[in-house]
Amino acid sequence: MSLDEPILSRRGLGRLGVAAATLAAVGAVKAASTPAEAQATGGTIKVGVLHSLSGTMAISETTLKDVMLMLIEQQNKKGGLLGKKLEAVVVDPASNWPLFAEKARQLISVDKCAAVFGCWTSVSRKSVLPVFEELNGILFYPVQYEGQECSRNVFYTGAAPNQQAIPAVDYLMKENKVKRWVLAGTDYVYPRTTNQILEAYLKMKGVAQEDIMINYTPFGQSDWQNIVSSIKTFGSAGKKTAVVSTINGDANVPFYKELGNQGIKATDIPVVAFSVGEEELAGVDTKPLLGHLAAWNYFESVDTRENKAFIKEWKAFTKNPKRTTNDPMEAHYIGFNMWVKGVEKAGTTDPDAVIDALIGVSVPNLSGGYSALMPNHHITKPVLIGEIQPDGQFNIVSETPGLVVAQEWSPYVEDTKDLIGDWRAPLKCGAFNVKTGTCTSGKKA
Amino acid sequence: MPRLIALLLLIVLVLPGSRAHADDAYDALSASALAISPESFDSVRHGIEQLAESGDPRAAVVIGALHDGTLYANDDHALFIQQPDGSYVDAHTGAKAPDVTDDDVKKVRVNNAVRSAIDAALGGLQLFAPDAPTRLHAATAVFTSHDPAALPALKKALAKESDPAVKRLMEQAQAAALLSAPDASEAEKLDAVATLRARGDQDARSVLSALAGQSGPVGTAAAAAVVSIDHFLQIWSVAQSVYYGISLGSVLLLAAAGLAITFGVMGVINMAHGEMVMIGAYVTFVVQQLMHAYLPSLYGISLLIAVPMAFLVSGAVGVVIERSLIRWLYGRPLETLLATWGLSLVLQQVVRSLFGANNQDVDTPGWMSGAFQLGGLTLTWNRLYIIIFAFLVVAALMAALRYTPLGLRMRAVTQNRRMAAAMGIRTPWIDALTFGLGSGIAGIAGVALSQIDNVSPNLGQGYIIDSFMVVVFGGVGNLWGTTLGALTLGIVNKFLEPIAGAVLGKIIVLVLLILFVQRNPRGMFPLKGRAVEA
Amino acid sequence: MKLDRTSFITLIAVMGAALVLALLNQMTAAASAAHVPTYVIALAGKYLCFAMLALAVDLVWGFAGILSLGHAAFFALGGYAMGMYLMRQIGTRGVYGNPNLPDFMVFLGWKALPWYWTGFEWFGFAILMAMLVPAVLAGVFGWLAFRSRVTGVYLSIITQALTYALLLAFFRNDMGFGGNNGMTDFKDILGFNVQADSTRSALLVISAVVLCGQFLLARFVVDSRFGKILIAVRDTESRTRFLGYRPESYKLVVWVLSAIMAGIGGALYVPQVGIINPSEFAPGNSIEAVIWVAVGGRGTLVGAILGAIIVNFGKTWFTGALPEVWLYALGAMFIFVTLFLPRGVMGLVRTSAPKEPEPETPAVAAAHEVTG
Repeated sequence: MSLDEPILSRRGLGRLGVAAATLAAVGAVKAASTPAEAQATGGTIKVGVLHSLSGTMAISETTLKDVMLMLIEQQNKKGGLLGKKLEAVVVDPASNWPLFAEKARQLISVDKCAAVFGCWTSVSRKSVLPVFEELNGILFYPVQYEGQECSRNVFYTGAAPNQQAIPAVDYLMKENKVKRWVLAGTDYVYPRTTNQILEAYLKMKGVAQEDIMINYTPFGQSDWQNIVSSIKTFGSAGKKTAVVSTINGDANVPFYKELGNQGIKATDIPVVAFSVGEEELAGVDTKPLLGHLAAWNYFESVDTRENKAFIKEWKAFTKNPKRTTNDPMEAHYIGFNMWVKGVEKAGTTDPDAVIDALIGVSVPNLSGGYSALMPNHHITKPVLIGEIQPDGQFNIVSETPGLVVAQEWSPYVEDTKDLIGDWRAPLKCGAFNVKTGTCTSGKKA
Repeated sequence: MPRLIALLLLIVLVLPGSRAHADDAYDALSASALAISPESFDSVRHGIEQLAESGDPRAAVVIGALHDGTLYANDDHALFIQQPDGSYVDAHTGAKAPDVTDDDVKKVRVNNAVRSAIDAALGGLQLFAPDAPTRLHAATAVFTSHDPAALPALKKALAKESDPAVKRLMEQAQAAALLSAPDASEAEKLDAVATLRARGDQDARSVLSALAGQSGPVGTAAAAAVVSIDHFLQIWSVAQSVYYGISLGSVLLLAAAGLAITFGVMGVINMAHGEMVMIGAYVTFVVQQLMHAYLPSLYGISLLIAVPMAFLVSGAVGVVIERSLIRWLYGRPLETLLATWGLSLVLQQVVRSLFGANNQDVDTPGWMSGAFQLGGLTLTWNRLYIIIFAFLVVAALMAALRYTPLGLRMRAVTQNRRMAAAMGIRTPWIDALTFGLGSGIAGIAGVALSQIDNVSPNLGQGYIIDSFMVVVFGGVGNLWGTTLGALTLGIVNKFLEPIAGAVLGKIIVLVLLILFVQRNPRGMFPLKGRAVEA
Repeated sequence: MKLDRTSFITLIAVMGAALVLALLNQMTAAASAAHVPTYVIALAGKYLCFAMLALAVDLVWGFAGILSLGHAAFFALGGYAMGMYLMRQIGTRGVYGNPNLPDFMVFLGWKALPWYWTGFEWFGFAILMAMLVPAVLAGVFGWLAFRSRVTGVYLSIITQALTYALLLAFFRNDMGFGGNNGMTDFKDILGFNVQADSTRSALLVISAVVLCGQFLLARFVVDSRFGKILIAVRDTESRTRFLGYRPESYKLVVWVLSAIMAGIGGALYVPQVGIINPSEFAPGNSIEAVIWVAVGGRGTLVGAILGAIIVNFGKTWFTGALPEVWLYALGAMFIFVTLFLPRGVMGLVRTSAPKEPEPETPAVAAAHEVTG
């Protein structure tokens, strides 16, 4: 290797500029991050908001960013927290999973956020999980998910499978005498787990294998013609049939449009969905969908004083009288209030103190009860079942009598049926095997 | 055994509750307004049945109100019907109840089981309606419920019925009800099986297969009927797959037709093509909103108005893009890819800023919803219209290129730019119009896609890759190729889907496509002649 | 081999920056003003891996005229190979404590490790696979495509079909690669904790060394006689063929080499970002890689590295500072560069370089007109 010119000629100087620019760019990353560090010790407590504002998940997550901004504004009006104002740090992970991890790292280590509220998909949570555990951050995750996880640094305010799926199936069995089941889902981990649990549960209830049809479709499936028609065929076997749908996000609108067009009425083959809420239905003409069901822990139509106040504030905050509310929003509402209470209880935002203080905290939910944070870092919730109305809202047709405690480890999966998560003092373990008395993972001093 | 005891206990515990309400049909109906529980829905259902059998002259009105969701109850179990103006009348008497306000009453909740009961009851009551469509609807409802209780009414109605279509459906409904009647004779049941076997669709199969497991001649006949219906449906299922394939192909065709112009004819790798489609879909949304607000009488045809509007808006956006961006990049086709990719990010964000990230609701007009039967085929109206629409669009596009002066100039410019310029054609202007045409067609595709897919900022992203595949598969610069390419891909996809599953099917199609392009590097219909060795 | 000044400075800058950052992260106390937070180390490592992908794209696009819209597939395959090694290293520390099966397999009820996971417990094997798998895929694909003279946009579109098909395939849970969630929660690499600051610093320096090595290799290839013929193929393929060369063989060699380079980039990327999943195959990622090259300057190699760093830095900065409107900024940047900097950032630097290929050769323009 040899140089064809002396290093510091005039033209060479220009080229040095390139190198300088490279260095400057790297340096600028640091520069961009340092002012935030200086502020962290000032008069505010920072709260990270890690929701995609662009890309495929923006459709669902943008609302959650807005609701966080509203909750923080309200808390500040009440005088902030520990005498300090709260400050939201909003970033856009752009529906890009490695970017989620990068942004999580930024929120914790650069912006010094006391807690982060964020993620929607399981993969985004899985992507940030090692970061939160490494840097000892606090994440509030507001979406219903597949369970099988119990991290010390994550608080799961959405439903575990037993807080959503099983009560819905029970309802259909009892109320509609359903004997035949179609389990239709998008091919990823949440539908797979939910269907695994449901299949075991249905068999336990005496449903034969040939009366269960399982179908997986890719993300964003937009042509549902022959799947809907095969559901119709499956349903023409003389037994009452229902569809349990774990179809995700984008694919729901074309699915429901096809159902409506092929004339599958809820009185013939009801569809109960676990990922379809008010927000998703905003894009569909719901008149043909009258009576199809969804199971959640909250509906906008819940008839309580707290909920009416929340909806009113939400519409005022977004200055849009048509904005709907939905279940993950309620989860953030509960999670945020729990965090506030936990910080007040601990008297500091120090993560270790807050994580310990949060267990046992109980705050009002929007359906008229109190949700408590259990030692497994999940919360107690009521399960509501609603039928779709022509106006895009849900008519609540069933409600569990009490609150349901989350089963973070599925009792229907061989390897996890003996596991429990308990982050209280003596045990402090996310996956404790009650048979062998050992902590398989997630042990933190 | 313990389970049985528990069940008995449950019945004992539940029954008195529902009995207490069920003494009076009106009382029973108000149950679900006051409590959300399975028992209350049972009680409502019971009330409906009682009311339907009672011969009460108000029965049809009250059940109708329940059906429309205008039946309310107060805390004392008194029922009221809300009028369109918001006032209430007493459900029992029909008298005005001026003292009742919205705060005093709660809506009577209805669930699917109750809704089935309502449909059956209303069906029974409406079998004698004066107009044939209502009777047809009623007969369908009775067929679906196949409740033996409706048999006497059906018999009476059949005796009076003159309309052959309604009559046939009533006979089928009678057959279905007979099959679930415990006291019907074997001969009657065998007749009923034959009637349903002749009907031969999935609904008939559903009724019959419930019997197919039974022993005795009825069971055997039902089993044979199910086999025969299955056989019939099997033959039709091939045709059905072809139809689904054509339908998917027509969607691909619509999405790709505009690209066949901008990419195929002009050679611009337009990554913002999907966003033109998206703009078309949003134009549909805006047109619907405006018409809803200002021209509600024409709301039903808002889609027809959206078509030219979408063409104009997307086309105008296309012309602006060509004039401001693309024209600087001719001769550097691969670089247009980069600029239009950037543009697509910007356009998505513009729409997100203007309308929000959520899906927008574009209504399907009445004439486009639902399905009809053609032999064993189920054809949905919206898909059928989209197929027809796709072919109309392509035909119009071909005609425009072939027969109009503009089309002539477009072809001249793309075939030999310098020669065309020498003949006095203003080539820059033609470029802009050609790009505008392609974009406008994409906008029209957006109108159609708004009927079957999400209207969201991401709409276009889902179609861009497929569109490029279609154009390349068919042969760049050839509209016939694009058409055949879209249909072939659609049909192959729909035949693979049931065999391999939706995901694997799509992968196989992609791999086949890659192999096909290896064999035929210029698609199905390559341009012949000197152009080949470019 | 002669090395021009720009290349030399780039090498020094990349190596220097990586070393300085790593040393500042390791040697200084967290409170000190000179301390570089681990966040920056992780970011810089990620940028360097993207730079390898960009370099690979530039090698085929800038010098052989093959516009690949599916290069991220090779990157992701390399990443998956490394991900599989890292998954095997977790051992009994997984959630279910299964010594053989990764968590997602236990969870889906798999009883044994599928055959294609054999050998991934060895680091050397994983690295070999990170190169071999992209190479074989590229070899088969390229052999078919170049032999039947698939060129231009046709080739670009089928490369896109390739990555799209792989995206769908890896989404399938039945494939045994973790489905949509992919692989994450890694613990060790060669016995070192992947999350430790020292490991991250070391990975950054290794990435810099590998990038420099790849850069030198690419420089060597394009400066050689082989490279000259490649450029001839790029500019007029048919004329080169008439002169008695076999363009398809030259293209195939550089195409496979480029796939290997991308695969190595992916293998280094995974331990630094901590996750690999099918979204890496998304067609948009491949297009973005092409954009990095265009921003930096096509056919310059140095430009590819620069472009990858500039665009990704922009993305990091915009998504944090302007979360609501950053797509405007990024989109505008792409449009601006293509319109006003047709030779990318490098065009600004070396306006006087005579060797620079004309992007619009008469042949290309003619090709456009005739096919158009």
